[in-house]
Amino acid sequence: MNPSMVTPPSLFSVDGLVGLVFLINLVITITGGIIACNSERLVRAVAGLIVCFIGVAGLYYYLNSPFVAMMQVLIYVGAVAVTIAFAIMLAAPEEKKSDSSSPLAGPLGLSTAALLTGGFSVLAIKTDWKVMDKINDGSIKTIGIQLLTDYSMVFELISIVLLIAILGALVIARDWRES
Amino acid sequence: MSLLTLYNDLNSFLVIGAVLFGLGIYGIVTRKTLIGMLIASELILAGSSINFMAFNRFTSPDPVTGQVFTLFIMAVAAAEAAIGLSIIIAVYRQFKSIDADDTVQLKG
Repeated sequence: MNPSMVTPPSLFSVDGLVGLVFLINLVITITGGIIACNSERLVRAVAGLIVCFIGVAGLYYYLNSPFVAMMQVLIYVGAVAVTIAFAIMLAAPEEKKSDSSSPLAGPLGLSTAALLTGGFSVLAIKTDWKVMDKINDGSIKTIGIQLLTDYSMVFELISIVLLIAILGALVIARDWRES
Repeated sequence: MSLLTLYNDLNSFLVIGAVLFGLGIYGIVTRKTLIGMLIASELILAGSSINFMAFNRFTSPDPVTGQVFTLFIMAVAAAEAAIGLSIIIAVYRQFKSIDADDTVQLKG
């Protein structure tokens, strides 16, 4: 890494506080993820998902992109999580306590997840990633210019995808009454 | 590498992405309701988005590409959630349950 980062900063300097806030953010993200995939009640799982997404938005802020962090809060917390909460209320899933399905699901899932996480982490740490020079600053202005020039085709396509998804969701979920 | 400088390191972000991905896989395998699986798949998407943003910040020459890609992942995730939830509601209307063990009409 960068040789200027060798001496660890003091906790009460600006760099140290930034690092501390990052660690808090990290704990928020992981805790939210654990709640989202472990809680018995689905409403709590959605609450954990929201916490996790807010933590991820903070991580995006640390990755130099406040725009994507804002979009993360707007789209995921504001739209996706609310939609899932509505679906939980509409479908009223009863939480069955009895494990009628395979008792192997828990240990198998845990081992698969641990294997994948460990494998990806080792792969990420062992690899020597090449760092290239930046050709622009990645600011919101640059994103806007590139979205309307280089990525304009994808930009239009994604709006068509969203339109079709909305129409499809309406068609599937609608209660077709025989009139 | 001290704990307080982790935020300036590519590897820490990659490990966070891997952890979120693993949590999502665990949720998909162990959850019994369809909505729970959908929540877990959102975790997987969040993990992969973190990977894109990390490479975008630390290694990529053009720091716009990853942000644009993450925005598109968000849009596709929103579309996926809308379609998936409407399918879940249709399944609930048919079977009066969204448990994955109950929707076995096509099982041989």
